[in-house]
Amino acid sequence: MLSPTNIKIAIASGKGGTGKTLISTNIFYSLHRNGFKTTLVDCDAEEPNDTLFIKGNLTKTVDVMNMIPEIKSDKCTFCGKCVDYCNYNAIFMLPLGRVIKVMDDLCHGCAACIVGCDHDAIEEKKVSLGKISLYSIDDNADLIEARMNVGALSPVSLIKAAIKEASGNGIVLLDAPPGTACPFIQTVATADYVILVAEATPFGLSDLQHSVETLQKMNLKFGVIINRIGYGDNAIYDYIYNKNIELLMEIPFNREYATCYAKGEIVVKYDKGLEKQFISMIKFIAHKYGNCNC
Amino acid sequence: MEIVIVSGKGGTGKSTISAALATLKNKVVLADCDVDAANLPILFNPSREDENVFVSGQKAVIDYSLCSNCGLCLNYCRFDAIFIAKWKVTISEFSCDGCKLCSMICPYSAISMIEKDKSRIYSGSFRNGKMVYGSLAPGEDNSGKLVNKVREKARELSKLNNIETIIIDGPPGIGCSAISSITGVNRVLIVTEPTISGVHDFQRLLQIMDNFHYSPWVMINKFDLNVEMSDEIENYCRKNNISFVGKLPFDANVVEAMVNKKSIIEYSPDSEIANQIAAIYDKITTIML
Repeated sequence: MLSPTNIKIAIASGKGGTGKTLISTNIFYSLHRNGFKTTLVDCDAEEPNDTLFIKGNLTKTVDVMNMIPEIKSDKCTFCGKCVDYCNYNAIFMLPLGRVIKVMDDLCHGCAACIVGCDHDAIEEKKVSLGKISLYSIDDNADLIEARMNVGALSPVSLIKAAIKEASGNGIVLLDAPPGTACPFIQTVATADYVILVAEATPFGLSDLQHSVETLQKMNLKFGVIINRIGYGDNAIYDYIYNKNIELLMEIPFNREYATCYAKGEIVVKYDKGLEKQFISMIKFIAHKYGNCNC
Repeated sequence: MEIVIVSGKGGTGKSTISAALATLKNKVVLADCDVDAANLPILFNPSREDENVFVSGQKAVIDYSLCSNCGLCLNYCRFDAIFIAKWKVTISEFSCDGCKLCSMICPYSAISMIEKDKSRIYSGSFRNGKMVYGSLAPGEDNSGKLVNKVREKARELSKLNNIETIIIDGPPGIGCSAISSITGVNRVLIVTEPTISGVHDFQRLLQIMDNFHYSPWVMINKFDLNVEMSDEIENYCRKNNISFVGKLPFDANVVEAMVNKKSIIEYSPDSEIANQIAAIYDKITTIML
């Protein structure tokens, strides 16, 4: 066991398919193999993939519920106060027809209607949003997966709950969902550092710019890994240089990596050089931005 | 006819395929519904003929000249957006969901709601028709609603300009914005790839299709990265009566086309890949599932 390192690092990208999952799972594997206490949290709850690459023993599952209000029409006076309190237009009311209904898809579960109701006519029911699963690899490594139910609309509270489960010590890696909207924000908000994965293509650059703008607005520290170099163009390097962004690593396009990943295998098992690069990158980040003695 | 291109997993080639379909034949209205990361404007550099503000929601702000720092609002917020920082009640702009409950219960009326109005919907012309795209301001929310607005605008342009076909480049995932990009379309084309993650995400997307009673077309991109898995996907489709429409090889020209700000159809019109995409288009537009 090496000296304690406490840091939370998110691996993110504006564009999908840049290699977040490959990089997250391979960093996790490398750190674990080299004796670091590590937890990987798969925050891409819409499409979680990390358990396809990392196998462990399921030790715990937690159902994450959304609280949805239910209006008891026998107690309701159709005064309309709940409709005024609801900022999402999720309550449908026809007072003359004595019809009142919460539209579950629009409800955000904020409970404002319940606070507003003077007649005790609104109760809450639990609706399953998804599940968090904890897998133990060994004493030093855990994988936590957030998985949203198919058909649910927003994974945000699942992501929040999954990250809370990882509150232990060590290096916590957050495999973030793509984009820059609410699921992304929820994931990176708690991180000490964000690794952005980008491709050196026009699409990759545009998506990187979006992510950078968002992270700067949030006052977060970040750096960039350029993945699959050898294809595309060099505009991304100019951007990184001009914006004074930390370039953490460059990973060449390699058909072997792609084939390995396609099968659900860990690339660093076969490429020790890449493993070393990941370890020194994480050490660098932990040293500079975390609470680390390594 | 509205055709949406979706994938579940990101990076399978949705935008590449959308761009190709949009430059294949007659004029189209192209709607980029990946509002977190709209990429098609990079390829097509559309003119900006119209700009609409999209209000993505509201957020709560505290007027500190009225706030007594009582902390009552902390107990009401379900989004953990209110906390004490440096002895002061503070609202996190990023966690606030805009429910306005805090502003309703504040005894000092110190909290008011302001609109989040930095997101935009742009539309204009590109070299093969009209184009609409959303731009979600960094950290703003409610992409499902923005997708609906982009699609509304696309339909409006289609009517106004007598352009029959609308191509929708969908977002990754299976959440609200993906669902919004699919509802009510005439054709769904799923682009998957032969990786274990691609297949996993593809299956979750199929469940969405099932929930909404859609019959999608399925194609595999970069099939030669793992031929065995591609065969498996094809067989899976056959067994489950899912219409398989074709597969494309990995081709460095696709990236080259992007670097040159062209669709693969424009960049190498006589290539094998271009022919195959044309065949896929013919099939999905002429056969009704």
